Amino acid sequence: MTALRGLLRKEFFHIRRDKRTAAVLVMLPVVQVLLFGYAIRTDVNDVRLAVVDPSPDSATIDLRNRFAAAGIFRIVATAPRTDDLNRLFQTGAAEQAIVFRPGFAEDLRRTEPAQLLVITDATEPNTGALLQAYAQAVVQQYQADLTRSAPQSASGARSIRPAITIAPIVRTRFNPTRASSNLFVPGLMAFVLTIISSLMTAITLTREKETGTMEALLVSPLRPWEIIAGKVVPYLAIGFAAVVLVLVEALIVFRVPLRGSVLLLLFEGALYILVSLNFGILISSRTSSQRLAMLGVFLTTLLPNILLSGFIFPLESMPAVLRWISFVVPGRWFVTIARGIMLKGIGLEYLWRETLYMTALAFGLLVVSLRSFNERLE
Amino acid sequence: MSELAIQASELTRKFGDFTAVDRISFDVKAGEVFGFLGANGAGKTTAMRMMIGLLSPTGGSARVAGFDVYTQSEQIKRSIGYMSQRFSLYEDLTPRENIRLYGGIYGLTLAQIRERTDRMLTRLGMMNQADEAVRSLPLGWRQKLAFSVALVHQPRIVFLDEPTSGVDPVVRRQFWELIYEAASNGTTVLVTTHYMDEAEYCDRISIMVDGRIGAMGSPRELKDQFGAETIDEVFVKLARPAA
Repeated sequence: MTALRGLLRKEFFHIRRDKRTAAVLVMLPVVQVLLFGYAIRTDVNDVRLAVVDPSPDSATIDLRNRFAAAGIFRIVATAPRTDDLNRLFQTGAAEQAIVFRPGFAEDLRRTEPAQLLVITDATEPNTGALLQAYAQAVVQQYQADLTRSAPQSASGARSIRPAITIAPIVRTRFNPTRASSNLFVPGLMAFVLTIISSLMTAITLTREKETGTMEALLVSPLRPWEIIAGKVVPYLAIGFAAVVLVLVEALIVFRVPLRGSVLLLLFEGALYILVSLNFGILISSRTSSQRLAMLGVFLTTLLPNILLSGFIFPLESMPAVLRWISFVVPGRWFVTIARGIMLKGIGLEYLWRETLYMTALAFGLLVVSLRSFNERLE
Repeated sequence: MSELAIQASELTRKFGDFTAVDRISFDVKAGEVFGFLGANGAGKTTAMRMMIGLLSPTGGSARVAGFDVYTQSEQIKRSIGYMSQRFSLYEDLTPRENIRLYGGIYGLTLAQIRERTDRMLTRLGMMNQADEAVRSLPLGWRQKLAFSVALVHQPRIVFLDEPTSGVDPVVRRQFWELIYEAASNGTTVLVTTHYMDEAEYCDRISIMVDGRIGAMGSPRELKDQFGAETIDEVFVKLARPAA
């Protein structure tokens, strides 16, 4: 045990002496979250809206005003015909268009389905879907108000049936303000933790191989698990500090809600760090140089954690193969867990499956990396 | 303590089809300075790695400090010191911290570590550099320090893998003084080198050629046997028998 304590001391010396790396370790998560939090936004603002209104009338103008008053739309063009629409979309002058059918108001009054076409630029599918939903929300609100204010007939039945034909509206639950930082911050936590845990362990372990000190450790009476523990514990501590830091930042700067248990979130964070550390160890046991290890971590850990965790791209829209692969991407489970705890306020009763997967990954990887560590001695 | 520090018999290591070490047999007596000579790739390092437990043999047998290399590598590790070809100290730590780390790894008490640190640094004349990063020390100093650290737990046998490569002749001389000191204290020294002049300092040497031991004996015996003036000549005759 004294031997292990010595190893841990030494690792902390490394971290403290290498000021630049230490600074990176501490500042990186904070800066990353700031950058990503502000840069990756799918919130839409200032949507350039074109309106085609062949027969302006109180009903269509009312609806147009509602779009203008919604706060996120800016009407950039109003035309009687659809001729100009193509050009507007192609030049990017408009991102979205609402097209009233001739006789829209007339149909409304006659309680026939009044038709309205919503065209959305879906070059960026996520943004497009969001715009579509916004527009539908405005129309739906209008329809609801019409219904409520409809004059009553003598029999008490409503004389006007709301009949604006629109596609069903997808409700966005749990994120009613549609603030993307709420969705991103949990994902970002996974990302920065991966950098610290996987990358740093892989790099420091292979560095010891490069300098030859690893050989000295292997020839010593230290057991493999002690050598690994000597690496894991310090970075587990740093990673944990980073979790707390990022969490505080998320709460204060981005006002991401934390509706569930802090303790559970910290526990899951620690579990996730452990998984990532084990990934780092596994990679370093298979590579001989820092450069290779870095590449290995990047390809097998960082990229999948960004692409296949649901952090940026929704898993639901991926091909089945990628969804299967995502099962061994720890970020996938952590992102789900972190979002669940922070945004939905749910606990282990709903998240036990994800927690179980991460635990299994952690121990599976530990066994594999210990084994390949031993094999290397042969 | 057995009379023999190392006993190897038909020790073999194959990597696939390639036989890096081919049935080598030799004994090293306790307190002896035994040199392993050979060209690059002759199998010196592979042979040494089998003896220190970094590599398991594919054939033959060997006992190090009386322990079997197949089954008792834990005991072997406690009985030996090792200085690798590559630098084995942590460059961002100070000499004092390095000594403390390795002392702790080998289970010394803090009191022992403190006492040996002072003795060691005084002997090396590094008291003034005790708290500077190892990185800032000249290469020769670092090598001498690495050797001393490999001896911090007073092992029965110390393995040195090309300890003097890249250092200047003056430091090499000082280094060999340290080796003799260790040997006179009863430590067995097994050293690989490709400096033929260093071979003359050894009690006995074995010259490896293509994974086999081409010749073995004291430097005197070998020179007589090959009718050569220097070990260098012996080596050339062995390495190119046709010439």
